[in-house]
This record gives sequence, C-alpha cells and structure tokens, in this order.
Amino acid sequence: MPTVKSLDDLKKIKEQATQKRDIKTASGQAQVTVAMGTCGIAAGARETMKAVLDTIETDSLQGIIVTQTGCIGLCEWEPIVQVTIGDQPKVTYGKVTPERAQQILKEHVVGGQVVKGLVVPA
Amino acid sequence: MRELSLHLLDIAENGVSAGAQNITITIVEDLRTDRLKLAVEDDGRGMDAAMVEQVTNPFTTTRTTRKVGLGIPLLKLAAEMCAGSLDVESTPNVGTIVNVDFQRSHIDRMPLGDVAGTMLSLLVGWPQVHWVLRYRVDDEEFVFDDAPIKAELGDALPLSDPEVIGFLRGALREGIADVTRRTRGDNLMVTEG
Repeated sequence: MPTVKSLDDLKKIKEQATQKRDIKTASGQAQVTVAMGTCGIAAGARETMKAVLDTIETDSLQGIIVTQTGCIGLCEWEPIVQVTIGDQPKVTYGKVTPERAQQILKEHVVGGQVVKGLVVPA
Repeated sequence: MRELSLHLLDIAENGVSAGAQNITITIVEDLRTDRLKLAVEDDGRGMDAAMVEQVTNPFTTTRTTRKVGLGIPLLKLAAEMCAGSLDVESTPNVGTIVNVDFQRSHIDRMPLGDVAGTMLSLLVGWPQVHWVLRYRVDDEEFVFDDAPIKAELGDALPLSDPEVIGFLRGALREGIADVTRRTRGDNLMVTEG
C-alpha cells in the first residue's frame, strides 16, 4: 500500500476501475445496511461496519452499496445488518459480530444464499 | 461505550437524523492547558430552547423525538466525571453544535479510540452528507474534507468501492497518525504501567 494518500492516488484508482468492471456480487444490485443508532453503536455496530468494509476491500467486491440507518426498534438484536439483493425482499440479520458480517457478505451477498441461522425471527 | 470516537459517531448520527447536509467533527488536544475538546456541528433542522433543555435528560425522551436518546446523557456524564462539561447549542432551521470538554489527563478520561474507523463508517454510510474532520494537537492540524474526493470520483465509483475504501482508510489513518505522533501513547486503548 502506498504511504502517502493524495488525490492523484484516487485518480489512478478511478482510471483503473473504469477499465475492469468485474461484478462479483449475486445477480442484481446488492445493498448492505448497518443500523447505527445509539443501541447499535453500543452493541458494536462500528466494528460490524468495519468488517463489512474490510471484506469488500479484501475480496475486491464491487457493486455493493453500503449504507447506514438509525435504530429500527430491534435494539436487543443489535448489531443489525440488512441485506437487499435486486428485487428480492430485505433480509434482517441480528447480533452480527464482525465474523458473522464477513460470513453474510460471502454467503449471501456474493453467494446468493441467505444465512438462515442469523436471520432475526419475524 | 468505551471510546470517545464511538460517542462522536453517535452524535454525528444525530446530525444525519436531523437532516444535515454538512457535518464537521472537531477534536482538539491542547497539551498546554490539559484539555481535550470535541465538537460536532451540523446544519440540520435544529431544536428549540425547550428541546435543548431536555436533550441531556434521558427520561424526557420519547419515541417521537428521534433526535435524542441515551447518547448525549452518557457523554455528558463521561465529561463531568473528568472535570469537564457538555453543552448543546441549537437554532431551529440553522443547526446544532454539541461541545464536549474533558481534562485531558484525567484518569477516567476514555481514550479517543478508532477515530479513523468512526469517520470511515460515516463517510461510506452517509455519502450524501458533506463530512469534515478537523483534528488539532496544539498548533498542528489535520483536516480531512471529503468534498475534493467526491468531486474526483464523480459518478464513476461509489465510496463503497473496495479500492476507494482502502484509499479513505489510508488517508484518514495517515493524517491522524501524523498529527497525533506526540500524543498517541496517551490514547491507546490499554495503557500499561
């Protein structure tokens, strides 16, 4: 990794990226949302978000939209991560540790298989 | 919460909930006066005087007032335990500034923790907000402003692109490491001895 980050580095990243566009995600646009209310942050949501971003970076996953949301009223299930792929229904995962976040990205976002054991019961 | 950077994340999230378009996070470590000051300034919808009065009391909060919760009272308590204070200035339709101040060397003062992680989470998670971090140690300052980065990227790449994430993390870590090189030992999560 280069030691000094300048806008020139960013320009290079942009130029290289527009040349190779290999979307590795499951079919359709993938959106990953991390709940970042006070309850989520206190339960470790920032480390969960960090794991999501680390996995995207390490595995070079393109085309994933990462967003945040506030408290969604399921505080006891925090940290919460929601995954939406294409026009499929949104899946809500609870107690998402960094390890589980990595698992959800690999199995659901990339592999297309919902990680059933981690879904918050309706 | 065990890190002040987690509190900064929490207060910044309030600004996003308030519909802010611009949020500036300021950290000032003043070694000469032994103060640590944090500020989060947003241009969201703001609060009236009555709401500002209530904002530090966890028990006046209701579900309909999404702006506040336990976050601010907890941070206020943390500051007051360290010979410091928290105050909230707010003007409806103009914005809100939360100012927190600590005795920097106080034994109970939480470490700042992962400031880069907090900023990265905010930048990527809320790309529609213009984010600025100002980190000052005495007379040296590191300013991270996401505007030139977003201007360079345009529509070509999202902030959640793998290489862009690496760039953002690197830029934040390097800038923070440089400005805190004299004080880093004071902000480790676990201090020995």
